Amino acid sequence: MKKVGVILLTLAVLFTGSAIAADHELVVYSARKEHLIKDLFEKYEREQGVKIKYITGKAAMLLQRILSEGKNTEADILLTVDAGNLWHAAQKGVLAPVESAVLDANIPSHYRDPGNAWFGLSVRARTIFYNTDKVKKEDLSTYVALAGPEWKDRLLLRTSKKVYNQSLVAMLIAGMGEEKTEQVVGGWVGNLAAPPYSSDTKLLEAIAAGQGDVGIANTYYYGRLMKKNPDLPLGIFWADQAGDGVHVNVSGAGILAHSKNKAAAQTFIEWLSGADAQKIFADANMEYPVNPGVAVHENVKGWGTFKESTLNLSQAGTRQADAIKLMDRAGYK
Amino acid sequence: MQPLILPDMTPLFKTERGFILTVLIALTTLSPVLFILVSGFDAEREIWVHLRQYVLPELVKNTVVLAAGVVTVTAVLGISLAWLTAFYEFRGRQWMERLLLLPLAIPAYVMAFIYTGLLDFSGPVQTFARAHLPGVLPFIPEIRSAWGVVMVISLAIFPYVFLMASSGFRSMGRSMTEAAQSMKAGRVFTLFHVAIPMARPWIFGGLILVLMETLADFGAVSVFNYDTFTTGVYKAWYGFFSINAASQLASILVVVVMAVFAAEFYFQRKQRFFNPGHHRPVQRIRLGKAGGAMAAAYCGLVFCLAFAVPVGQLAVWALSAFEAEMGAHYFRLVANTFALGGMGTGLTMVVAVVLAYAGRTVTDVKTGAAAKLSLAGYALPGTVLAVGMINVIAWLDDSLVSSLGLLGVAVSPGMLKGSLMLLPLCYMIRFLTAGYNPVYGNMTRLTPSMDEAARLMKVSGAGLLAKVHLPLIRRGMITGSILVLVEIIKEMPVTLMLRPFGWDTLAVKIFELTSEGEWERAALPALTLIAVGMIPIVLLTLVRKENT
Repeated sequence: MKKVGVILLTLAVLFTGSAIAADHELVVYSARKEHLIKDLFEKYEREQGVKIKYITGKAAMLLQRILSEGKNTEADILLTVDAGNLWHAAQKGVLAPVESAVLDANIPSHYRDPGNAWFGLSVRARTIFYNTDKVKKEDLSTYVALAGPEWKDRLLLRTSKKVYNQSLVAMLIAGMGEEKTEQVVGGWVGNLAAPPYSSDTKLLEAIAAGQGDVGIANTYYYGRLMKKNPDLPLGIFWADQAGDGVHVNVSGAGILAHSKNKAAAQTFIEWLSGADAQKIFADANMEYPVNPGVAVHENVKGWGTFKESTLNLSQAGTRQADAIKLMDRAGYK
Repeated sequence: MQPLILPDMTPLFKTERGFILTVLIALTTLSPVLFILVSGFDAEREIWVHLRQYVLPELVKNTVVLAAGVVTVTAVLGISLAWLTAFYEFRGRQWMERLLLLPLAIPAYVMAFIYTGLLDFSGPVQTFARAHLPGVLPFIPEIRSAWGVVMVISLAIFPYVFLMASSGFRSMGRSMTEAAQSMKAGRVFTLFHVAIPMARPWIFGGLILVLMETLADFGAVSVFNYDTFTTGVYKAWYGFFSINAASQLASILVVVVMAVFAAEFYFQRKQRFFNPGHHRPVQRIRLGKAGGAMAAAYCGLVFCLAFAVPVGQLAVWALSAFEAEMGAHYFRLVANTFALGGMGTGLTMVVAVVLAYAGRTVTDVKTGAAAKLSLAGYALPGTVLAVGMINVIAWLDDSLVSSLGLLGVAVSPGMLKGSLMLLPLCYMIRFLTAGYNPVYGNMTRLTPSMDEAARLMKVSGAGLLAKVHLPLIRRGMITGSILVLVEIIKEMPVTLMLRPFGWDTLAVKIFELTSEGEWERAALPALTLIAVGMIPIVLLTLVRKENT
């Protein structure tokens, strides 16, 4: 038994304690997938000599980890998808406000936190997709119109548990109030052709296969699918062009209040908002660069230009809980 | 300086040693839950009221349907297959015995994305049917339904019941079934009135594993968008960012599981299972031509659905993305997966043996209850366990840094947190049941008379454990180690949350890719995971062969 104890102790000593981040090192907690950030981080290391260490996980897990680690955290930057997640992090006080002329110049104001706690780095548009064999473009108009009786048994949606839909509904509430939004969501649920899907990709494939005629998804899933199979009878439609514009969201980053390398972290985020990094950041996933001076990906350009909603994205956060409750009440699974 | 006089604790420790050890293990296991319950006290009322009114009723209904469905289907599959292969001889029986364990290597969340991929509206089966056989379309059921989830999870985890029931039938020996048959009892009568009751501790062990796994599953039900308690926990957490509401939901789940444990404990205490010391292996009855063909076809069908078809589909997907996914980082993932699995299994089995042994030497109710509490970690959804553990470690870190600081030892903060010991500890908490049940099942076969015999030969204490007990429970330990290793390799949420930098595993990679709908890219890591998971299973079949 003694031997076992000695071995365990030795192991404990061996594996205990990870290095405290050095000067030339930044630690990123990322909810953006590894394959979308790895190249970019390595590029920064090559060019600037600062090593970027990262772990990936879901936003809520990472936030909880940051909260639990408190002032002992190793992390310098939280990088996550969806403004709602960023808003929550800011709300819990884990993000430090940043004053940066570079960021102000590179990032339009509705893509940043009004209090400068977080900054959008890529834009993702969530709009309407349709089966080109069964639907005429002229029949489509707004997200709200999809609740109408003509779409009975023709609509497909992704699960309400996905934050993209929570943000969409939150922004609808911001635009037209809770009561009206609840009627719309109820209408969507009544029009469903199949139970909600767990991913946008599956949903788009089902539209192409004809299970439903229309649906709501993020554009980059469409881009990925069409790249693989250009013959799919799938069309993209920019919603709400006569009204508020297409619902957009961001992936973005903030510097942690307990970071020990705030200056280096700020330099890194500023670099991410610059032209070179923006191109890579957005193209890796066929998203839109947040920096208006940077051109979009070749494939993305083909989808045409659109008017986007300019409501400040922090509202996706403030109204997220209301949106979820509303969807629960409306029976949107 | 006055020497410090400690009261002599030895006699107390001696009589209560088993109890103290058990309580220590139970405290370790339950610490995350305790921390979560404490933080759950200041719950956000408003969210809770909403959840109770609009969400909870459906969660309860879905969870009950799922648990009942999976337990029923796995019991039918597992017991029937074990019965056929343990008591009858037919063409391909030896192969089937081994092959039917292979589905253990496929995690439920992988099985889920394969089968929705195959059978969904846009999948190859329905697409083919629409083009060529429109007549069969109405007969293809909607896979994304309660029916679909039950079948997919059952296919992934029925081998637990099959494995445990086989062990039970096997350890029974020839005498019991022969006795039944000599009294002209029919086959079915023998199955239901002799074999199953005799093998009950094993079958129950398997079904309890199945039940816990089902209650804790998050990955598979998410693919189906089927709301259960675990998705409720996640939703409360991700959606409302309310770890407290999540903890409250999770604690309901823990209470349910405790009730299952209590029931099992109660039944277990009512009966003791001793085996005759020497028994001859069961003489299998050779089935006739038609019977043999039917038995082989049944086993083969289950094997195809639970292993051949899913692996075939993965292979097709993997080929289409092979070049992009195969690279040096790949071998690193495999190495990480194995290293973490090895560490976790070692720790888990040490604790499992200590616990089983403590529970055997001391048979009072309080020790038994503490032992049962130690196993509760299995029911904790991985992410909840991870969050609880982070709270525990943050607290320990703080108190360690400050107390060592007082002693003049400078310790860097966050010493424990980034430590690689954390994951094996979580694995131990989560999978102790898997390691403990086979060990304990074996231990019920150690009769008190063996101890007496050993004592007459002046062997006691640690010597008794090392020379008499460990060799006798070796098979239980091997079975337990294999079950634990496979579980850890497949584990995803805890690893995802707590892994130190650079410790990505195959499961983490699969999760990242499938949550973006990248089935093809996830196929190669998934296949690798299955191959890795098959190694212990192959070893297990070798051990079984050696012992029969």
